[in-house]
Amino acid sequence: MNNFNYLRASDVQDAISQSAREADVKYLAGGTNLIDLMKYNLTRADILVDINRISDHREITELPDGGLRLGAFVKNAATAWNHLVEEHYPLLSKAILAGASAQIRNMATNGGNLLQRTRCYYFYDANVPCNKREPGSGCSAITGYQRIMAILGTTEHCIAVFPSDMCVALAALDAVVQVEGPQGMRSIHFADFHRLPGDTPHIDNNLKPGEIITGIDLPAKGFSKNYSYLKLRDRNSYAFALVSVATGLELDGETITDARIALGGVAHKPWRVAAAEDFLKGKTASGENFRQAAEIIVQGAVGYEHNAFKIELAKRAIVRNCMMALHPESQLPGAQPSA
Amino acid sequence: MSTIPSIGQSVSRLEGKLKVTGTAKYAGDYQVPGLLYGYVINSIITKGKIIRFDTSKATALPGVIAVFNHTNRPSLAWFSMQYTDMDAPPGSPFRPLRDEEILYNGQPIGLVVAETFELARYAATLVEVEYETEAFETDLRNNASEARSPKMGMATMLKPLPPRPKGNFEKAFEQSFAQSSGEYYHGTEHHNPLELFATTTIYEGKGKLTIYDKTQGTINSQLYVANIFGLKYKNVRVIAPYVGGAFGSGLRPQYQLFLSVMAALELKRSVLVTLDRSQMFTFGHRPPTIQSTRFGADENGKVTALNHAAIAETSRFEDYTEVVVNWSHMLYPAENTLMQYKLVELDVFTPLDMRAPGGSTGLHAIESTMDDLSYKLKIDPLELRLINYSDTDVSLNRPYSSKELRQCYLHGAEKFGWKNRNPEPRSMRNGNKLVGYGMATGIWEANSLPARAEAIITRDGKLHVNSAVTDIGTGTLTVMSQIAADELGLRVEDVTFSYGDSQKPFAPIQGGSFTVSTVGSAIKAAGSALRKKLFKIAVSMEGALLKGLEIEDVRFENGCIVLKTDPFTFISFTDIIEANGGTPVKVIKFSVPNLLKLKKYSRATHAAAFVEVEVDEELGIINVTRALTAVAAGRIINPKTARSQILGGMVWSISKALREETINDSLLGKYMNQNLSEYHIPVHADIHDLDVIFVEEKDDIVNELGTKGVGEIGLVGMPPAIANAVYHATGKRINQFPIHFDYLL
Ligand SMILES: Cc1cc2nc3c(=O)[nH]c(=O)nc-3n(C[C@H](O)[C@H](O)[C@H](O)COP(=O)(O)OP(=O)(O)OC[C@H]3O[C@@H](n4cnc5c(N)ncnc54)[C@H](O)[C@@H]3O)c2cc1C
Ligand code: SF4
Repeated sequence: MNNFNYLRASDVQDAISQSAREADVKYLAGGTNLIDLMKYNLTRADILVDINRISDHREITELPDGGLRLGAFVKNAATAWNHLVEEHYPLLSKAILAGASAQIRNMATNGGNLLQRTRCYYFYDANVPCNKREPGSGCSAITGYQRIMAILGTTEHCIAVFPSDMCVALAALDAVVQVEGPQGMRSIHFADFHRLPGDTPHIDNNLKPGEIITGIDLPAKGFSKNYSYLKLRDRNSYAFALVSVATGLELDGETITDARIALGGVAHKPWRVAAAEDFLKGKTASGENFRQAAEIIVQGAVGYEHNAFKIELAKRAIVRNCMMALHPESQLPGAQPSA
Repeated sequence: MSTIPSIGQSVSRLEGKLKVTGTAKYAGDYQVPGLLYGYVINSIITKGKIIRFDTSKATALPGVIAVFNHTNRPSLAWFSMQYTDMDAPPGSPFRPLRDEEILYNGQPIGLVVAETFELARYAATLVEVEYETEAFETDLRNNASEARSPKMGMATMLKPLPPRPKGNFEKAFEQSFAQSSGEYYHGTEHHNPLELFATTTIYEGKGKLTIYDKTQGTINSQLYVANIFGLKYKNVRVIAPYVGGAFGSGLRPQYQLFLSVMAALELKRSVLVTLDRSQMFTFGHRPPTIQSTRFGADENGKVTALNHAAIAETSRFEDYTEVVVNWSHMLYPAENTLMQYKLVELDVFTPLDMRAPGGSTGLHAIESTMDDLSYKLKIDPLELRLINYSDTDVSLNRPYSSKELRQCYLHGAEKFGWKNRNPEPRSMRNGNKLVGYGMATGIWEANSLPARAEAIITRDGKLHVNSAVTDIGTGTLTVMSQIAADELGLRVEDVTFSYGDSQKPFAPIQGGSFTVSTVGSAIKAAGSALRKKLFKIAVSMEGALLKGLEIEDVRFENGCIVLKTDPFTFISFTDIIEANGGTPVKVIKFSVPNLLKLKKYSRATHAAAFVEVEVDEELGIINVTRALTAVAAGRIINPKTARSQILGGMVWSISKALREETINDSLLGKYMNQNLSEYHIPVHADIHDLDVIFVEEKDDIVNELGTKGVGEIGLVGMPPAIANAVYHATGKRINQFPIHFDYLL
């Protein structure tokens, strides 16, 4: 870790103005990812602007249209256990609680969760080539060990996955990210927030320099009747997803009237395919239909030596999770498979 | 009223409160005034040379005291022999900062010493090192054709190489009624005890050092330091009061010890060197191993032919060996055997013992092959073990000192409910989960070594016992106190056991499950001698209460010598010391195992492991829902600490079979998951119902105490039992550890 200056922002504007300085400025939220990256010399900052003392954006409030606004500085744990979230967006609650550990969730913030970096082993080792860390240096994962890498939306420049659980649910729920920056405020639809690697894998998302996430808006539709989050990983807790699925269904009897399916652990961003969701609308909620939707979702997937299993696993996970969504009461802790 | 014997009681760890309240001090917890902090710089290449080492930016920082490397280190012992230690395999031990050569990735190449740890770590990032790289090989499978026989040495005496072939294996195998063969692969595993490696060297002046070291052998570290740095033994004192888990990682002095002492001597200051988590991946590890087995049996299930071959990794500078292939013939009396064990040199650090080294590797192959054979023979797996049960060790043609494995099988099966198993694979279910039952055998050697112990009765009538032995978290303090208490007829509260200090009487390194037998025997011997000495004084005391009596006529209880025939006739220890002019009565005893007697027997602990798994049929996710280990390990001194040992081994079994692996990228020549986020050891959610039973086993031969040790046996049988249960559940035999759930898709 290099030497740096530490400042406390009094409000969002103060933080944004600090970021305009001629220096490497980073916002510090829960620090659960940023401090690690600094300790391993993977990220450097000349100035750390601590945004934890800002009094705004620390609440979860109801929106006039029936939705909910999650303050960016609210902790992940507080969000998951918030009664409005639990009642109207249990999918989000379950997804958050399937991530990290209780201690980390107590520190991690909603804004920070969206901006956590990949867990690619090679990204975390400053001494090996990695295009995400050092553009143009090459991708060690493609020639290395790819168990945790992506199968969808990859390029020869990067095959890393975005590791968040929370964001898989946010993608399924069509959340909107509220942002404030040097140019003022704007909203970013969740699907447009994270990027695919393309030939610029070092850019994870579409946030502009200096911009701060202030909140995440959830539309009124929360799929609280039929939802499920499933996380498949190498141990039952405290491990990142190899494949995860967030499903929200709206049913009329046996017939699906609306469906959301987002995948985690398979791409550089939460993966949603509109065609699959459209396919399900008007269909019976059956294993066979879910299987066909799954085929559509993973279309074009490319596996590597050590992660090819993810293609079949993702399909099976989608089918299982959609079935689990029919019986949300059977959800197990840690988003383990049930039903 | 006599003192209730402490042996056999579940005494809670005497140091438990200190540990759980954070007051127990570990090697890195000794803050002395003026302490300096060292941070190690590790090589980022796998093989080659250092051609530039520029420390100028680092040393320019205020608060940075020195940066050591191969160019400015003090001149040290020349002969590689002087770097050897009690656990060194044949070869030439690694010598830190010796020269510009890079032998493996992560090799320590420098030490920054600064006023604070953070500063030292930061300064380390400013050191510029340039390398010339050379081609390297770090993949065992790619280099298996280079396998050769291991060199012999001291280490191969404790870890015997394979026995000679018997009969005609090839012919017997070919002619056998049923055959099973398999290829098995285990990857690298790294030591990750919770406590990181640390050494605090206190510079006392006048050539004297007090060293707090994370080690499994205080005297081992003491000799290592004295030999390398040319110090007098008496001037080097190594202390390891608490050790936060070691599991073999502390059997050899690790490089932080060398660097801490070197810096302290050079700077004439006290220096703490702590390794961080990723540096835990820069020294010894459990080696990757390729195994193959071929077992043949007759139509009654009698095993007639056994072939077990293993190829394991070692470094280019030492021949680390394990006992991988000797076990099947110790268990099963085949007439025709062929055991082979070879090594492949790679550009890695020398492997190191890790809990149940070799045994947990070899038994996986053996017991999975036996399981496979049972299906081929259509004989229940447990029944097959009983058919091939042998009371003697056929591999060496000698009896076991004791062997109650049969009782382990029977009691274990009963309590586990083995009879509810449907023999057909994929036949048992729980909802959408496939259920499997698997069992396997465990075996581990029961050794003991020479050790010395001191026992003293002080003026207050209390007992003090001294030994250099460490307590690596196993409960040594508690168990030794119990043994000592019983020997003198005292309560455990009246015993003070001082340990973890090289100035105390000699004890060997703490490993191989031989500590209770080794140090316990020495303490028993010292206690018994102390009794005689006390009695002698008592007999000659004024008042002549015991005059003319023999030691057989009295009992030692409640801090007194009591006449057997008249409990109201007694002399207290305090009165004896009083009569001794107030001088404490003291003895030191050296106990040496009776090799002549022991040589006639094989000595081993045994276990039977039973496991239930549930496997999600479509998704492959595996859970060990229930497991039981039945253990025969001689006399159990403390059921509570012994049970903890077995439970720990069972948790590790789940880790080994399903979780733990070092990711080895052979293109880069390095390990890629050097942290506890990606090096997956089990979490609470992975551990379900675990049960331990100890069967009665009386052994008058192993040692005076009749104990055999329980440190490793819990990790030998259960990993194959898990693999066997996965097969029973799914019909898929996965011979690679850890079993990734996606192998079952
Ligand atoms: C061992 C471990 C295991 C984990 N396992 C999981 C898991 O299973 N699933 C999962 O989803 N996550 C997991 N996590 C990741 C964890 O969820 C993230 O680290 C956390 O959400 C980040 O939030 P933070 O507030 O601590 O962010 P910080 O570390 O403070 O910041 C992260 C980044 O976001 C920026 N930032 C933070 N807030 C804002 C803001 N409001 N506006 C603009 N920029 C901002 C920072 O500058 C920084 O670049 C794990 C983490 C660890 C260490
Ligand atoms: S996958 Fe992406 S993050 Fe990983 S090494 Fe390649 S470029 Fe870097």
